[in-house]
Amino acid sequence: MTDTLERLQPIFRDVLDDPKLVIDRQSNARNVEGWDSLAHINLIASIEQDFHVRFALGELQDLENVGDMIDLIERKQQT
Amino acid sequence: MLQDLLYPFDAAHLLRHRKRIRRQLLEGSNWIDIRIATLAGSTAQEVLDLLELFLLNDGIRPTFYQSDYNRYYEEALFDSARLEEFQPDLVYVHTSAVNVHHHPTITSTADEIAELIESEVNRYESIWKAVTEKTRCQVIQNNFEAPATRGTGSFDYASPSGRTRFFTLLNAAMAQRASNGRRVVMHDLATAASITGLDQWSDPARWFSYKISTTPAGSAMWAHSLANTIRAIYGRSRKCLVLDLDKTLWGGVIGDDGAGNIRIGRETAEGEAFTAFQEYCLALQQRGVILAVCSKNEDLIAREGFAHPATTLRLEHFSAFVANWEPKSENIRRIASTLNIGLDSMVFVDDNPAEREIVRSQLPAVAVPEVGDDVSRYPLMIDRGGYFDIVTLSSDDINRSRQYAANEERTALSGAYGSYGDYLTALTMRAEIAPFRDVYLERITQLTNKTNQFNLTTRRYTMSEIAEIASDPRYITLYGRLEDRFGDNGLVSAIIGRKEESALHIDLWLMSCRVIQREMELAMLDALVEKALDAGIQTINGWYERTPKNNMVADHYARLGFTKVPAADDGSRSDWILDLRSGYAPRNTHIERIAL
Repeated sequence: MTDTLERLQPIFRDVLDDPKLVIDRQSNARNVEGWDSLAHINLIASIEQDFHVRFALGELQDLENVGDMIDLIERKQQT
Repeated sequence: MLQDLLYPFDAAHLLRHRKRIRRQLLEGSNWIDIRIATLAGSTAQEVLDLLELFLLNDGIRPTFYQSDYNRYYEEALFDSARLEEFQPDLVYVHTSAVNVHHHPTITSTADEIAELIESEVNRYESIWKAVTEKTRCQVIQNNFEAPATRGTGSFDYASPSGRTRFFTLLNAAMAQRASNGRRVVMHDLATAASITGLDQWSDPARWFSYKISTTPAGSAMWAHSLANTIRAIYGRSRKCLVLDLDKTLWGGVIGDDGAGNIRIGRETAEGEAFTAFQEYCLALQQRGVILAVCSKNEDLIAREGFAHPATTLRLEHFSAFVANWEPKSENIRRIASTLNIGLDSMVFVDDNPAEREIVRSQLPAVAVPEVGDDVSRYPLMIDRGGYFDIVTLSSDDINRSRQYAANEERTALSGAYGSYGDYLTALTMRAEIAPFRDVYLERITQLTNKTNQFNLTTRRYTMSEIAEIASDPRYITLYGRLEDRFGDNGLVSAIIGRKEESALHIDLWLMSCRVIQREMELAMLDALVEKALDAGIQTINGWYERTPKNNMVADHYARLGFTKVPAADDGSRSDWILDLRSGYAPRNTHIERIAL
């Protein structure tokens, strides 16, 4: 299985329109330029599409950084 | 024009790559710039982001203003300073079923339900009224999609107090009320939602988390449908459907199989599908879409297909017919020039992917939907694209195909006369020239937005602005209709003159290219001078603003005998003046002016 972070990388680059962007587990809305609330909605939609997962209402609330996203995606893929 | 933005589009792809696609589209030129104010009943950003892409793909560059979330009513009625300051061209009321708060209850009486509907519609009407009074611009109002859940199941539609039934009645009442004023255009959100499917349309998690009432796919359908409505308001919908023949309008290859053996008619499933597509095309033709044939065939053999006993379409339904072995991109270019329409008003349908590809690559302005090779789906593929959407139906629309067919006959006739003057005489032209009238406001607006060549100032107007000017005594307005022995050309010219003391400034002078070199501009000037003299005007001031497309009228005022204002010409603009105090002799000699 491909590394989840590696799969997230191009999604972030596309949505934020920054081909050189490098994200890690600590990346969040405060330290990544352009990651505003609308970009966030778009990121979630693109992640759901790309990983074929659906985030439930409760799960959407506590995604603080990329690390949270990776953990949630991997948890959902196991079930 | 990007194929990614033609139906069927991939909403996830568009959202993920939105910023890049937007950058790419903005490299274009010749934009119609419009300012859209959104009064939002839910988070509108996703729909507006996608709307921007669809509009840019159609040559329209929007600037947006958004009301505070869910203050659409308050900002329209009480707190409109920011809205007015924005000076919108369009006000779009972004509401949907989530904004309806008073529903019937199980015990509601028929009278109470009628009252609920009345008060809901009144609420929207008060928004429309406030907005048009304050901004004088066109309003776009969504209707309501069907509710996602039904308290009583199927009975919800039959039951007088059912929610499904309530929304159906509400939509009918909204449409009725909106049709009372030309300033409100209904956008049919309900059908956009049903095409998407209610389960794919909305996602409660997104609603509760972000107050977005749709899924990404729903937002894209919404934005696309709305873009088609806006394009129609600006007269930028497409006008001409160019059709291949073999395997597109009939089954088989007429050159190989023979005219008697093509598949069309009611006998087989395949024949029925082709007939259904022909019927769809005919219905488009009858409401003003021009049909043209572009086929790789021998001309005479191709025409035989329309003599088949089971054919629905006949030769007379086509305004242009090109069957030869030249590349289709060349032929479509020729059709555009014969019909005097832009490539950006054409849609090309062909079952052959190679032909679609060459047209796309050579003529990017032509819309070439990815129709596939199954004709049974063609009506859907064209319909969903919304290429030919309209916001009202004018009598010119209904006559248009006839007008273009007559144009071909005129071209043929012009070869047969000794002089051009003899030809003009033989045309026996009659023109109706008069101040703007209500019935023509739609058509005049359309012309201001799509006339690029014979257009001195290339000013674009919304229908509300045209209506405003028509009733403003500070303006002298004129439209011109022209008919001749081949038929009615419809409304083809418009002038807007603004009075300033004893001078008349020509803000707009345009004419449809289909009546170029017919002396119509002379007849228009004669009528304008009459009106000007009646109003005590002493000088008529005109100017020419250069664009990449209007070189044909660079000498317009010189040809009409205006004097150039010295030193005002910097290449992009020249100013001209006609002094009426030294007398005026009518210029037109070939067109008879008729009274209303």
